[in-house]
Amino acid sequence: MLGEGIVKGLFETARNFLGSYVDKDRLVTVQYPEERHPLPEAARNFPFLLYDGDDPEAGLRCVSCHICEKECPPRCIYIEKSTDKKPDFVGKPQFYPARFDIDVSVCMSCQICVEVCPFDAIRMDKEFELSTDDRFGGLMWTKKELSKPNEYYQKIHPVEAAETDARRAEDVEKAKAKAAAAAAAKAAEVAKAAEAARADDEGAGKEPSKG
Amino acid sequence: MSAPELGAVGVDLSADALRALLVAAIEGCSVTVVENESPSGQRSLVLDHEHAVEAAIFLRDNSELRLDFCSNVTGVDWPDREVTEKVKVKKMVEGLEGATEQEVEETRKTLAPGYLEAVYHLFSMEKKHGPVILRLRTRDRAEGNHLPSLTPVWRSAEFQEREAFDLFGIVFDGHPDLRRILMWDEFADYPMRKDYVSPAEDEPVLDDGCLPGAEPGAEQGAADA
Amino acid sequence: MSRDLMMDATGNDERLAPTYGAGQHRLKAERESQILEVSIGPQHPSTHGVFRMDVKLDGERVVQLKPVFGYLHRNHEKIAENGSYLAAIPYTDRLDYLCSMTNNWGYTLAVETLAGITVPERAEYIRVIMAELTRFQNHAGLVGFLLQDMGASGTPLMYAFREREKILDLFEAVSGARMMCNYLRFGGVRVDCTPEWMKETRELVGVLPRFVDEFERLLRGNEILMARTQGVGVLPRELAVNAGVTGPMLRATGVNYDIRKVDRYGIYDRFKFRVPLGEHGDVYDRYMMRVLEMRESISILEQALKEIPEGPVQDPKTKLRGLRPKAGEAYGRIESPKGELGFYLISDGTMNPYRYRVRSPCLINLTILEDMCLGQSVADVVVTLGSVDIVMGEVDR
Ligand code: SF4
Ligand code: SF4
Repeated sequence: MLGEGIVKGLFETARNFLGSYVDKDRLVTVQYPEERHPLPEAARNFPFLLYDGDDPEAGLRCVSCHICEKECPPRCIYIEKSTDKKPDFVGKPQFYPARFDIDVSVCMSCQICVEVCPFDAIRMDKEFELSTDDRFGGLMWTKKELSKPNEYYQKIHPVEAAETDARRAEDVEKAKAKAAAAAAAKAAEVAKAAEAARADDEGAGKEPSKG
Repeated sequence: MSAPELGAVGVDLSADALRALLVAAIEGCSVTVVENESPSGQRSLVLDHEHAVEAAIFLRDNSELRLDFCSNVTGVDWPDREVTEKVKVKKMVEGLEGATEQEVEETRKTLAPGYLEAVYHLFSMEKKHGPVILRLRTRDRAEGNHLPSLTPVWRSAEFQEREAFDLFGIVFDGHPDLRRILMWDEFADYPMRKDYVSPAEDEPVLDDGCLPGAEPGAEQGAADA
Repeated sequence: MSRDLMMDATGNDERLAPTYGAGQHRLKAERESQILEVSIGPQHPSTHGVFRMDVKLDGERVVQLKPVFGYLHRNHEKIAENGSYLAAIPYTDRLDYLCSMTNNWGYTLAVETLAGITVPERAEYIRVIMAELTRFQNHAGLVGFLLQDMGASGTPLMYAFREREKILDLFEAVSGARMMCNYLRFGGVRVDCTPEWMKETRELVGVLPRFVDEFERLLRGNEILMARTQGVGVLPRELAVNAGVTGPMLRATGVNYDIRKVDRYGIYDRFKFRVPLGEHGDVYDRYMMRVLEMRESISILEQALKEIPEGPVQDPKTKLRGLRPKAGEAYGRIESPKGELGFYLISDGTMNPYRYRVRSPCLINLTILEDMCLGQSVADVVVTLGSVDIVMGEVDR
């Protein structure tokens, strides 16, 4: 019968329409600004720089190695290396970026910079409501705008952050152990030297203090 | 036509076998095999201009090969390059006992002329085998940029040859509708060539005068004056 | 009516003509021959992006149709040649922006062929799962868009997007992005899927058949659909083969050519699935191909999700950053939802590809657009174009 197919289709539409009142599967839209779908942990948007502790300058993890700048496919990262060094999280003196800009109007949220960074310094943010009325300065994010504390990272990517933190804690432990070993070796050396000095010079009764 | 290269079970699609087949089938056809050192091992055949269309028709219609599907057509640019080679030459060298002939090693720099290349990847939908790779090379990169078009043999080459014309500047003689396809008609250069300089590339990305700081300051100065 | 008025205003007075532009002259010249030249697009909802067709009409019939490309051209190939092998992967996402996973796969397959890289077992399974989910959501979306082009505004498209949304949520959970996944790497995939993700995917795949059933009930036997699609945009088999048409378009003409079966790339030889074939090569067959392929994708997904082993997902020996394949060339191709997606790479031993070429199925499937549309009415041109399944990001690259 002509029209049978159309009637069958309309029956399906009616089922969906009425079903949307009772079945959550059939009503999938949410009223956006008031209601939101939760973002999954892996969601990514634009990169940000991580810092440890409270001071975004002193705690900044980036050592200005330029790897991300070179690997970024659209080349939207601009880094200027500092001339002096500051200690990093294990106490080793490292360069830091005097200037770190990301042009987010060019960035394509590909996460390559995060993948290639060997210092866990750059991570992807989840923030997506970023519209601005200034299309030049407002979309060129500087170091100040990019720096976010580690706590923020722990909040938005808990699993990933826990992993990174564990790895870094291990590094700190290792560095400490190494420093302690070095100190011990140095102390032993100093002691040895003192021993030798004492052997040379029996008259001196004073113990040399540890350096 | 007898084809001893073809096995009874499968068809031998190796570049050497195909070369022998083509040379036997088409009189005066010159075919060169291009080696491929990479793990893919996909070797290819360079055809001469005069017999390219004939060879293509042979590959398409031969009942064993039936390469009826020309999948991919593209251009490649090989600019002029300098080849340095060490050659031994005999030379008269002034020595203690007068001039003697000695062998001296010299580095000689020669300019290998560049060319444009069209690469065709053929498969067979009927026999489900492939790929067979054909290459056509132009004489040079300037006036001699002509190649015979294979669009009359495989219609799938139509847009792809137009693209190679558009982006590389290869002129396909015999193409039914050779126009620019991706760039606009007034565009003069060939953007996929290796020596193409895109206009935006010489401009600094950061300080192109559009950023605040550059422009407003200048305006301010103008307003003051 | 307005056309005649305009011509009267300009046609008799030569001095007025320049202010009206060249278009008026053309109209004037063509009134004698009764051929009307119409430019469909580039900004037109039925052209699936910025695509233009210069159509010559005799009344309502098409007598000539020339597709015009390039509005979205950004020279993807040059960009990739200027970057490293790794940096090209996020750009491949943007080719066919509905199917970033399969685009990634095509490219990684070409690099793997070029450099002789192996892929761990688990990664191969994940790739298959991702590719089939992509195929499913692409076909669902395409069917929705096709019906939208036919005038079924909204309903089928919204139903299709409901299921597509769930698949995109899965992509986001594992790769971080819904459409620009950037997930596959040469030598494997970027991150492993969690067990929870696997569970969710199994649940989703469990309900997908219900969705296809619903979709079919909605439209199968619909008299309007059949009247608008059967016998429209017919593509003869010989022409399809000669013009290099691939994918569901080709199979709708009855040619059994599916690269998943022919090349058996990845691990497709381990799965049992059928290749749906059409008979008439018209729009209706192309529509049915998509619906049937969705069912086959579900069956592949079920098998892959059952058999997926544990293990690493990335070959540890592969250098992602600074990969330098040996000088040579390779062509890798996969069956993307739109047809044969091929990547042709030439390496000169440096970090950048010397030549990087995308064999785009969308562009080549458009070669025969004119042949399919000649003699048809304008409304059928729109439907025929919709059934080709194009994405301009891939056509123009
Ligand atoms: S996310 Fe991609 S595009 Fe953006 S800064 Fe990082 S590497 Fe560059
Ligand atoms: S963010 Fe990482 S990769 Fe980039 S410069 Fe800093 S340390 Fe290097």
